[in-house]
Amino acid sequence: MKKISWIITIAALLVGAIGVYHYLVFGEQAAGYSSAVPWGLGVATYMLASGLSAGVYLITSLVYICSVKELEPFRRVGLVAALSALLAALVAIGLDLGHLGRAWRVFISPNPHSPMAWMVWLYTIYLLLLILQLYFDSRGDSSPAPDAGTTEIPGDKRPGRYLAIIGVLVALAFSGGLGALLGVVQARPYWSNPLLPVMFLVAALASGSALLTFIVGVVNPGQHAEETGRAINLLARIVVGLLVFYLLFELVEMLLGSYYLSPSHALPYQLILTGPNWWIFWIVHLVVGALIPVLLLVRSNITAKTAGWAGFLITLGFLGVRYNIVVPGLLAPPFPALPAAYSEPGLVYTYVPTQSEWLVVLFVLALGAFIFKLGIEYLPFNRRPDRVVTPPARHVKTGADLSR
Amino acid sequence: MVGKERREAREPVTRREFLAKTATGMVLGAVSLGVLNRNPAYAAGTMAAPVVGPDSRATAVKEWPVKSDWENKIRRLEQDLERALGKPVEQRKWGMVIDLRRCVGCRACTVACKAENHLPPGVVYRPVMEEERGTYPEVQRQFLPRPCMHCEKPPCVAVCPVKATYKRPDGIVAIDYNRCIGCRYCLAACPYGARSFDSGRFYTQDTPLLEPYESEPALEYGKQWPRQKGRSPIGNARKCTFCLHRLQTGQLPACVTTCLGGATCFGDLNDPRSMVREWLAREGLMRLKEELGTEPQVYYLT
Repeated sequence: MKKISWIITIAALLVGAIGVYHYLVFGEQAAGYSSAVPWGLGVATYMLASGLSAGVYLITSLVYICSVKELEPFRRVGLVAALSALLAALVAIGLDLGHLGRAWRVFISPNPHSPMAWMVWLYTIYLLLLILQLYFDSRGDSSPAPDAGTTEIPGDKRPGRYLAIIGVLVALAFSGGLGALLGVVQARPYWSNPLLPVMFLVAALASGSALLTFIVGVVNPGQHAEETGRAINLLARIVVGLLVFYLLFELVEMLLGSYYLSPSHALPYQLILTGPNWWIFWIVHLVVGALIPVLLLVRSNITAKTAGWAGFLITLGFLGVRYNIVVPGLLAPPFPALPAAYSEPGLVYTYVPTQSEWLVVLFVLALGAFIFKLGIEYLPFNRRPDRVVTPPARHVKTGADLSR
Repeated sequence: MVGKERREAREPVTRREFLAKTATGMVLGAVSLGVLNRNPAYAAGTMAAPVVGPDSRATAVKEWPVKSDWENKIRRLEQDLERALGKPVEQRKWGMVIDLRRCVGCRACTVACKAENHLPPGVVYRPVMEEERGTYPEVQRQFLPRPCMHCEKPPCVAVCPVKATYKRPDGIVAIDYNRCIGCRYCLAACPYGARSFDSGRFYTQDTPLLEPYESEPALEYGKQWPRQKGRSPIGNARKCTFCLHRLQTGQLPACVTTCLGGATCFGDLNDPRSMVREWLAREGLMRLKEELGTEPQVYYLT
C-alpha cells in the first residue's frame, strides 16, 4: 500500500513536470489565461491549496488549544499536511506569475493597500510559524500522551501553545484575506461581496477538515485503529457540519444572484448554473463533492477508510468551488461590445484550461502529497511505543505502518 | 523557435537609384506645395523626430493645400502641448476628450497605437467598440474608442502588490516594467478592461522569420524595450500610456494625430486656454462607468 502510494505520487510528479517544462519553454503562451481572462485554473488551484492549508491548520490547532482528546494523536500529521499544502499553494501561484524572479519585491516595496501584498506577508509569517512548531514538536512531545510523559522536555509545552494561538490568528487572517483579495475588486460585481472573506474562511475549514479526514482515515500514518476510529467519528461530524454551512452560504448567494439583471452581475451565475461548464457546479461540486460524501459520512456504521475517501471527494469538489469563484467572475466583459472590438488570440472572453495547465495542477497536487509523505516519513517525531489494541470490528485497519 | 537569418530581397532597381529618385521626387513635391501655399515647406515624411523649440511643429504634419479644420485642430493641440511642457510636471494634468459624433469607426487609432508601441498579439491599448442601433433603414452605428482612462482614483494602482503601477504627478497612470511581477491582479481590477497581459506571442512566430517590426524595441516610457523571452515587457501588464514617450519629445499621442475625423482631443486639463478645456465645456459630456468613482480623465462627447 505504502509502496503503491509512493509510486503514484512520484509518477504524478514526473508527468506534471511536463507541464512545468512547457511553462519554462513556451512561457505564458502555454497557459489558457489571457488579457481578457487574466486568471484561471492555476489561481483556482492555488486558492484550493491555500484554503486546505489554513483549514487543516485551524482544525488541528484549535483541538490543541482546546485540548480535544480525539484529534490529539493527529496534530503533528496536521502540521505536516498544513505545511505541504502551503508549499503547494506557493508553487502554484509562483508558476502563475509572469515574473517569478521579481517576487522578492513584495518584501522590499510592498503596497500596504493591496490585499495581495498582505497575503504574501501573512504566508511568510505562517510558514515560519509552521516550521517553528514542527521544530518544537520534533524536539519532544509538547503534549504528552497520558501513558508516556517521559519524553517531555520542560518548558516545551509553552512555546508550542503560544505559537498555535498566533498561528490560528494568522491562518484566520489569510484564509479570509483570500476572500478579501477578490472582494475588494469593485470592477467584478460577482466578487465584490462583503461576505466573501467569511465564505472563504468556511470553505477553508470545510475543505481542510475533509483533507484531514482523508489523511486520518486512508493515509493513516501509523496510528492505532482505536484512535483512528475516535478521530473519524468526530471529524465526520465536523466535516458534514462545515460543508452544509458552506452550502447554505452558496444557496443564499445563488438565490440572490438569480435576481440580478445587469450582465456583469447576472452572467457569472448563469454561466455557473447553465453555462457550458454547468457540470462543474452540479456534478463536481454538488454530486461528487457534497451529496455522495455527505451520504457516506452520515451513516452510523462508517469505516475509517470510507470516511477518508468521502473526505477526499469533498476536497476534490472544492477545486470545482474555487474554479467557479475565480473564472466566472472574469468571463463577464467590462463592456458588452468589448469582445467584438478587437479580435485576437488573448483577447477572447472565454477560458479553457490548456493541457499544460492541467499538468501543472497535477504537478502542484503531487508535490503537496510528496512533501507530506516525506514529512511523515522522515521528520523525527518521538513516536510512542506501539501498544497492543484490539480494534473494534467496525473499523478497518489500514496496512500503513510507518515504523521502519 | 524562429530563425533570425536575413531574408534575400530582390531589388529591381538598386537601392541607391531608388533613394535618389525618391528624395528628388519628395523635394520637388514639397517645394511645389510650398510655392502653392506660400508657406515654408516642411519635409513630407512624418517619421522625423521633431525639434522642440519655440517655432517648431511638434509633430511633422503634412502641409495641405487648403488649411483644413483637422489641420487647424492639430496645430492648436500642438501649441497647447508646447505650453504645457513649459510648466513643471506636477502642474500638468493630461486628459483626453473624444467626440463620438466625429468618430467614424475607422480604427486608425487602434492601428497607429499598435504600430507606435509595437504591440504583440493579445495586447491592445485602444480598441474601438461598436454598437448598431435600430433596423434598416432606420439604423445607426455608434463607435467608442476606449484607451486607458488614467483615472484620478485608479483601482489598478490600489491593488498592485509591488507598486509597479503608479500615478504620475501629471495624472498619467504608468507601469514600471521592471517592477511588475506579472500577477495580473490589475487586469482583474480594471473596470474598463484597459489592461493587457503580454504573454510573449509574436504575429510572425510561426513563419520562418520574425519580422523586424516585431523585434524592434518599443519606446514606451522613453526607454527601449526589445521583446525578448523572459524580459519585460513579456510577462508584464501593459496599457495605454497617453504616449508618454511622445509627449516627452513634444509630440501628441499617436491616436490623436492619426484620427482622421478629428475626434480625439488631448491636452493639459489645468490649462484654461487649452482646447481640451474648451471641449469639456461642450454639451453631452460623459465618462464611462461614472458610478464607480474612479474619475476617469478620458471624457466623451455624445
